[in-house]
Amino acid sequence: MAEESHGIGGLKYDKSKRSWPGEVNIFFALIIIILIFEALGQLLPYMRGQSMLFDFNTNRDGTILNIARIKIIILQVAIIGIIALGVTQVIISGGIDLSSGPLVGATAMIVMSFAQTELVNGQLNPKAVFGAWAFDLPVLIPVIVGLCFGAFIGAINGSLIAFTGIPPFIATLGMFLICRGIAQWWTRGQPVSFPTESYAWLGSGMMPVVWFLLLAFLFHFVLKFTVYGKHTYAIGSNEAAARMSGINVRRHKVMVYMIASMLAAFAAIILSSKNLTAQTGMGQFYELFAIAMAVIGGVSLTGGRGSIIGTVLGAMVFGVIQSGFTYIKLDAFYQLMAMGAIIISAVVLDQWRQKSAAAKA
Amino acid sequence: MSEVKLHDMGDIILETRGLTKHYGGVHALEDANFILKKGEHVAIMGDNGAGKSTFVRQITGVEQRTRGTVIFDGHEVDFKGPLEAREAGIETVFQTLALADHLDVPDNLFLGREKTMWNWLGPFRRLDYKAMRADTMAALEKTGVKIPNIRNTIQNMSGGQRQCVAIARTASFHSKLTIMDEPTAALGVQETAQVENIVRTLKKAGEPLILVSHNMRQVFDLVDRIIVFRRGRICANLDIKNESFTGEDVVSYITGAKTGPEYEGVA
Repeated sequence: MAEESHGIGGLKYDKSKRSWPGEVNIFFALIIIILIFEALGQLLPYMRGQSMLFDFNTNRDGTILNIARIKIIILQVAIIGIIALGVTQVIISGGIDLSSGPLVGATAMIVMSFAQTELVNGQLNPKAVFGAWAFDLPVLIPVIVGLCFGAFIGAINGSLIAFTGIPPFIATLGMFLICRGIAQWWTRGQPVSFPTESYAWLGSGMMPVVWFLLLAFLFHFVLKFTVYGKHTYAIGSNEAAARMSGINVRRHKVMVYMIASMLAAFAAIILSSKNLTAQTGMGQFYELFAIAMAVIGGVSLTGGRGSIIGTVLGAMVFGVIQSGFTYIKLDAFYQLMAMGAIIISAVVLDQWRQKSAAAKA
Repeated sequence: MSEVKLHDMGDIILETRGLTKHYGGVHALEDANFILKKGEHVAIMGDNGAGKSTFVRQITGVEQRTRGTVIFDGHEVDFKGPLEAREAGIETVFQTLALADHLDVPDNLFLGREKTMWNWLGPFRRLDYKAMRADTMAALEKTGVKIPNIRNTIQNMSGGQRQCVAIARTASFHSKLTIMDEPTAALGVQETAQVENIVRTLKKAGEPLILVSHNMRQVFDLVDRIIVFRRGRICANLDIKNESFTGEDVVSYITGAKTGPEYEGVA
């Protein structure tokens, strides 16, 4: 591979002139943001020289890292990160999915009803949704129910967008409200709790991180090395050209939205398992946070550009900023304001980078 | 698209009979009778608004004709859209390029017909990047186009490089008929030469071509026959390979100073 030239017409491809991939920039941004928080830890008087990610004094883990905080950072982005993997694909294809947050709520309610255990401390499950038949089902059943529900919602999203031609924003905004409604209607607003042990295992401990990384790896491969991935980029880049090339654009869009919604449904499974309960309001703002992770990670809202690696890094930036604000004891409302500002600057910076790259060529 | 096999088409790949297109009251194309033989390269010339592009759009299914018949490869055809025409074997390079900006050269060349491995995976079958790159290099090396790195995205390439990619893409389909609508209109001298190289490779491969062009030198260099359009009608059919016509003759047909004998009275 090293000797392979990609130049035509006698031109040799000069590797030293190659601009680095956009993901590297996001990685640098991540490092810089960490350094800023470390500096703030030293400079702000009330922080008394604490470090965010390092721990030189106690050294319990045999490393100089503050493992506990790093674990929390990764854990808190993992579940939204799973949604962001799907949202990334939707945005690359030139669409947007606003329904993923409410879909998490609705799926969690439905799935939890099929994952309940019969006896809680020797008493009949006080939160039981169905009769005796739905107690202590094998863990596969709630998982399959959840994925099927996600696929169903995604198929509706995708079909609306592909066959009626309405903007993805509108279709998924409608689905946003519908899913929130389903979540409340399912048990008339009552939480669903007490899952089986095997179900609770799915989201226990660091399992959300394991799922996130496994799925990120899978979809990185899918987007980069399969026909599905190539067509997703092509449709987002130039839909007319994709159609003229014989790509079944409609079917492909339905597939993209189905995969995105199945990932959101899977996130709901992991979230409800981790919390051991499902509530109607679950997943609030998740759709926006997932979009933010993708956008920070360099996924272009105009379609055609972005990557799973970028989104994973975007999720890490998101987590570090969120955790960093808590670490410098910034109040929650300031956190939201700052988060909004950071998302806007990420897009502005990215557009500048695009323009300067175009100017160079 | 009817499947009626017409009697003895012989070596004719495309025929139009009485092809007509009206836009409201505007008669953009009137009663065009045209024959293209297999392996033949024909240029369509004429002033702006003479009906050249309209004629092409009726054949490629971009627009629906008002009346008339199109017979392609022995069958009467009625394409609902350009994709149907492409599937039947008519490849068109449009004036507006149909490339995906964010993809690189091999991706664009093979879009919709990727080389793959692991085909049992259905839509998730794996792309064979190595084979596609090798084929891309082979297809483009012949053209004289200069691209420093085919793995760069199309968006940062020059108009000539993009046009060459678009045309190489068309040429590599081995279609039954290729149509180019002013392929060199926006290109420099060198870039034009590269595009013309691709056209010559089509001729050598015996693939028929309809070339819409304003460039007299190019037309005389490349094609066998010139069809001249004037005010929506065909007004001349000039066999430039076997009879001696000059550029001035063609200009007088375009401007209306002359009309081909067989078209007297109609055009």
